[in-house]
Amino acid sequence: MKIIKSIPAWGVILLAMISVPSFGQVDLAGAWTNPGHMDWLDHGRGPDLVDYSGIPINDTARVKALSYTAAVQTEQERQCEYYTPSYVVFGPFGLNIWNEVDSATSKIVAWKMGAWIDKDITTIWMDGRPHPSKSAFHPYSGFTTGVWEGDTLTTRSTHMKVAYLRRNGVPSSDQATLVEHIVRHGDILAIMGIIEDPIYLTEPFAMASIWEQDPHANIMRMSQPCEPILEDERLEDGTVPHILPGKNPYINEVTQRYHVPLEAVLGGAETMYPEFRKKIKDTYAPAAKCDRYCCGPVTDPALKCIRDASGKER
Amino acid sequence: MTDGISQTRVSWLVGVLAFALFLPVHVKAQGGQTLSLAKASAPIDLTGYWVTIITQDWRWRMVTPAKGDYAGVPITAEGKRVADTWDPARDEASGAACKSYGAPGLMHAPTRLHITWQDDNTLKVETDYGMQTRLLHFGKWKGAGSASLQGDSVAEWETPHIGRGRGDPEASSGRREEVQTPQFGDLKVITNYLSGGYLRKNGVPYSADATMTEYWDLFKEPNGDQRIMLAMRVADPTYLITPWLTVLQFKKESSDAKWDRTPCSAKW
Repeated sequence: MKIIKSIPAWGVILLAMISVPSFGQVDLAGAWTNPGHMDWLDHGRGPDLVDYSGIPINDTARVKALSYTAAVQTEQERQCEYYTPSYVVFGPFGLNIWNEVDSATSKIVAWKMGAWIDKDITTIWMDGRPHPSKSAFHPYSGFTTGVWEGDTLTTRSTHMKVAYLRRNGVPSSDQATLVEHIVRHGDILAIMGIIEDPIYLTEPFAMASIWEQDPHANIMRMSQPCEPILEDERLEDGTVPHILPGKNPYINEVTQRYHVPLEAVLGGAETMYPEFRKKIKDTYAPAAKCDRYCCGPVTDPALKCIRDASGKER
Repeated sequence: MTDGISQTRVSWLVGVLAFALFLPVHVKAQGGQTLSLAKASAPIDLTGYWVTIITQDWRWRMVTPAKGDYAGVPITAEGKRVADTWDPARDEASGAACKSYGAPGLMHAPTRLHITWQDDNTLKVETDYGMQTRLLHFGKWKGAGSASLQGDSVAEWETPHIGRGRGDPEASSGRREEVQTPQFGDLKVITNYLSGGYLRKNGVPYSADATMTEYWDLFKEPNGDQRIMLAMRVADPTYLITPWLTVLQFKKESSDAKWDRTPCSAKW
């Protein structure tokens, strides 16, 4: 009898609950391929050695970036260094995303973004746990928490190790933080990452990347084991590969190849905004013709194009 | 018996309270008239002044790239053949200086946006770069029926409980009589009837058969910044071997202080 009399209440409650928008139910899981339609050079053979255009770096970061040489990667202690979670928005690879479920409650405890050859797994904790203290361990993967805002998964990463913000040595510090907005639109996944770094950036640095779902893609979850080996005997005596201040031999390459003025090449917050064009209007004219890395990704078999630094169509 | 009546009343009271708590509130216009339009049902407010932030593809977006530079675009052999004939001086001389200012190229450009409601079912997107205007039509938009530089854009709100197979498509398109105001959502826009133009300033072409699909998401940061993430898919059976997928970003500005109207230019 009691059950019958309480039917109105429970019935209405159930009806109301199923009509309520249910947040946080977007399934991000699966294999997502990067089509390579943005930042093609960065994603492919890598950015030019000195090209910081569009990055809000400060003078300290610029000096440090100009001292960078890729030879540091031949040092045994650096061969297995990773990028941080920021690499998701400027790195070249596809994504494998999955979740971990609490077997007792069936709730999603964490989303996982798979590792690449040069990035660790990013674990996005969804269970409300706090970020650790400032003095806590800083791994390359950092510490990331997430919340659903409608159909957007917003994450915050802290405790990231010193690393790079671009593959040409633009640095990021261990005080950098990353906010990501992860959105799925059908078979498209888009992520905006906003990086703040009190040591090396004068403004938040926002980047975005886009992927397509591909159930056939074989995208790894774990990075392959990295084993350091001696690649260059020159380094046995403790030499640290570097370029001294004012001695970077590549500083004018982008200007010579693409006619981009040096003040743009060296970056800074003003290079992110349209009004910067006024500053270089009288000093920029495009090169007459593209002669290297002009096409890609090339998927039309009939297309003959200059795909590399050879300058030859193939 | 007394206990039974009391229990029933309590039960109904709980039910009514549950409805009041869970059901969305309907929007009423002044004078009590129920609003029924896209403006009133907008889950996000895109109006205002926005500046594009060019932190990616800088050399292809901030300045005019070299002739023959198609990096990142899944161009066909025919697309390359056409692009290789690019001649900005000829475009200017023939009155075609705006060919890179059609919607697919325009949104990648170094521009500011001014977004307003032209009417209750039309969102207007103006650019200072090239002084272009895009109209995003909600509801029963039938289209102009002829090709134009900005094409015909049909818009709809996507909210978490509709638009993705979970609800009432009438509400998202502004066609329903009574409108709910969801807290979250994005704007989906499909543009057809483009007259053809350039994806990039250096003559990478798209044809009149191109279709552009956009997803506009709005994010509010803890420091007060508001940012739009615009995911775009441009499909073109003539000049693209696969759809061109890109994502762009805009940051909200507090005023029109940096709004700088400049006419189309084929060269700069």
